Order: sequence, then structure tokens, then C-alpha cells
Amino acid sequence: MAVNTDKNSYTVIFAIGMVIVVGVILAGLFSYTKPMITQNEEIEKQQNILYAMGVNENDETSAIFVSPDVAPDEFEKFVKEQIVITVDASGKVIKTQTREEFKAENNKEPYLIDIKKQKSNAKAGENRLLPLFIGQREGKTYYVAPIYGKGLWDAIWGYIALDENMVVQGAYFDHKGETPGLGANIKQRYFMDDFYGEHLLTENGTFQGIAVAKGNADPKNEDKTDNEVDAIAGATITGDGVSAMIKSDLKLYKPYFDNLKSN
Amino acid sequence: MGLLSKKDTKLITDPLADNNPITIQVLGICSALAITAELEASIVMSISVLFVMGVGNVVISLMRNIIPSKIRIIAQLIVVATLVIIVDLVLKAFAYELSKTLSVFVGLIITNCIIMGRFEAFALGNGPWRSFLDGIGNALGYAVILVIVGFFRELLGSGTLLGIPVLGDPIEKTGLYAIGYENNGFMLLSPMALIVVGIIIWIQRTRNKDLVED
Repeated sequence: MAVNTDKNSYTVIFAIGMVIVVGVILAGLFSYTKPMITQNEEIEKQQNILYAMGVNENDETSAIFVSPDVAPDEFEKFVKEQIVITVDASGKVIKTQTREEFKAENNKEPYLIDIKKQKSNAKAGENRLLPLFIGQREGKTYYVAPIYGKGLWDAIWGYIALDENMVVQGAYFDHKGETPGLGANIKQRYFMDDFYGEHLLTENGTFQGIAVAKGNADPKNEDKTDNEVDAIAGATITGDGVSAMIKSDLKLYKPYFDNLKSN
Repeated sequence: MGLLSKKDTKLITDPLADNNPITIQVLGICSALAITAELEASIVMSISVLFVMGVGNVVISLMRNIIPSKIRIIAQLIVVATLVIIVDLVLKAFAYELSKTLSVFVGLIITNCIIMGRFEAFALGNGPWRSFLDGIGNALGYAVILVIVGFFRELLGSGTLLGIPVLGDPIEKTGLYAIGYENNGFMLLSPMALIVVGIIIWIQRTRNKDLVED
């Protein structure tokens, strides 16, 4: 080769050239795939909400969503109402909007509300939006609330379906980058199914949440009123993250459920 | 003469045993510790690395005469990162489910020292075809160790293989658990991966004395 690759000028030109080439390739691919990725993510949110309220294709051991092709239709069919509760930074309810009211004001569906952003809003002292999805399946009403928090490495989130008494009727968890085989197992059936039937409130009606507890002497999870589920071995911090997001996020919905009962 | 000459075959078979990237070259230990608590994760990671190694080695080999030596490491890093991001975006758009399974591994692939190690040690000095074989060979060598470690960690740590219980039910006390067997929770933690790798190295060096350094 005639080119002297050791010259400084060549090095600089090569670096600039490589960055431009790589930049163009990645930027082009990103804008090409973005609409498809956004659509996939929206469908996934619908699948998650449906999963939590029991609309899924689960077999004996694994968690299986309804297929992406039917998810939008199923979502329309089972989720009867999406309400948005606005609370101030201290958790006091300011207003409650129906799906139509929210759409008219913000031009987007309530289920697409970014929970992460809402949480940081609340931290900054601003108002926070709390979406709640009300579904009907086999004559039963499900109140599905999104939760968001952090695990060991990155974000974790989920959807919890509740009945009128804030007893869990279904749970779905997911994560961005927890350790495979350990923290990543929060999205396994054996962990998520443990939440079914667990009470969020204590016997006298105060909010306690559900703790992911180590060595709680109830590994079969027969006691549903102890506000505890069995932890995953080797995933303490991810489990603590799950406990924390259930506690901090679902607590904010308590006034809504109190209201529901008194009516 | 087949497709592969004797020398080419060696590129594939050497890394499987006597020049294994993990046990001999001691590269890629970090991911071998991080993701081997389950057999399935080990397999998925191995396939991902196989792809990135094969393609990456070819790309670097094709560019070997134009990469300035002063910034070669950065250039290699950009190639790996670009490849991984392209794969990630394409999967997200066309195979969303698969991409969710793989997303955790993306970061781990970029930082996998085997990839950088082979770019630096082999692809920069050899043609594309031989580099491709070297990439595949080393990825397979990495896969072998990952699968062995994942197999033992999942079996002894959780009593399952690929998520299927093989030793009975630890809560209902059936199978092996009925006679007092317990899962070893310690197997699920990273240090045990190092110990398993250590045992493999021990066995390997006992069988082949040439590998032992004075």
C-alpha cells in the first residue's frame, strides 16, 4: 500500500472518515426502524396490561403474551376504561380524568404515559399523572396500575392488577438489564405468580405493600395476608427494587380505592 | 482437498481445547462469570458472540491495511459497537420478542475481551477467510466453556436444566430432595463460576502437560 498509515494527518482523516461513515449508517438505520420499534413498544405495553389482568396464552410453566397481531383488538375489548389521576408531589389527588378527557387535552392514549418521567416530575416537586386501566374479564373488574423503579443494574417496571380491596389479581414484571439467571428471573412465572392473591393492605386497612423477603418461612406462599412473597436467591437488590416500586407507586392509588369503596 | 486446508481446520479446532480463549488465553472471564447461572443464558450469549466474532473479524481483516496503528483499538471498538447496535436495531424492528431476550447481552458483547483480543491478535494480521475461521473457532471455544459452566451452575444451584426441573421439586420434597438433597444456592453466585472454570483448567492441564508453565 502506498499510503503511509503512520502519518498524523492520515490518522486524523481516517478517524473523521470512520466516524462519518458509522454515524451515517447508524442514523439511517435508526430513522428507518424507529416507527416499527415504536409500534412494537406500544403493542408490548398493551400485552403487558392484558397479561396482568389474565388475558394471556400461559401454558403450565412459562409466561406467554397474546400475539402481537391481536393485542390491539384484545386491548380495546378487555380494557373498558383508562383513567388518569393527577396528584401533586405529596400524593394529594388534584383531579381525575377519563380517557376521552385526557386524550382531548394531551392528544395521546393514557397507556402511553411515561411512568419514569412522571416519577421524576414528582421528585422535582411537580404534579404526577397516575394512569389506571380498568378491565373487565369474565364478569370481574381488574384495576391495572403501572409501577416503575430500579433494580441492580438498570430500570425495572411492571403492571399490577388489583381488585376493589387492593388484593393482587395478577402481576407482570420486566427489566432492562438485570443479571440473567438471577435478577432477570423476576419475569418468570414462579416469581410473578406468587403475587396472586397477596394483600397490599394490612388487616386494619393501612397500606403496607408487598415485600420480596428472604427466608420468610413461607416458601410455598400459602399465607396471602403476610404482605410478603419469597425472594429469588442471589437477586437481593432486584427483589428489594420490586418491593420498593410496589410500595412507592401503588400507595398513590390508595385514595382512589378508598373512594371506590365509600361510593 | 476439502473446503478447509489442514491449517484452516486448526484455526477452528485449536480454540476448542489447547488454545481455549477462556481457560488458556484467559479472555472473556467477565461474561463467563456474569451470565452462566442458567444454561439458556449461556447458550444465547454463545450464539450472539459467535455472530459478532465471525463478522467482526472479517470486517477488521478487510480494513487491516487502512487502519492507522495509533488508533487501532478505538477503530476496533467502533466496529464491535456498530455491529452490535445494528443487530439490536434490526431485531427490535423485526423480531421484537427475540430482541428482548438478547437486550441484556448487548452491553456484555461490546465489552467482551475475547472479541477485542482476537481482532488485535489475529484479524489485524490475516486475510478475511482465515480471520473468519479464527473468529468462529474462538467463539466456539468460548461457547464450550460457557455451556459447561452454565450446565453445572444451573444443575447444582437450582436443580433445573434449561428451566426444567430434573432433580425433583425442592418445595414438595420429591425426587432427590426426598432423601435430603438440597440445592446449593452458592452455585448461583459469580465466585462459583470462577471455581468451576478453575476446575476445568485443572483437568485440562493435568491431561496435557504441555500447557503447564514453569
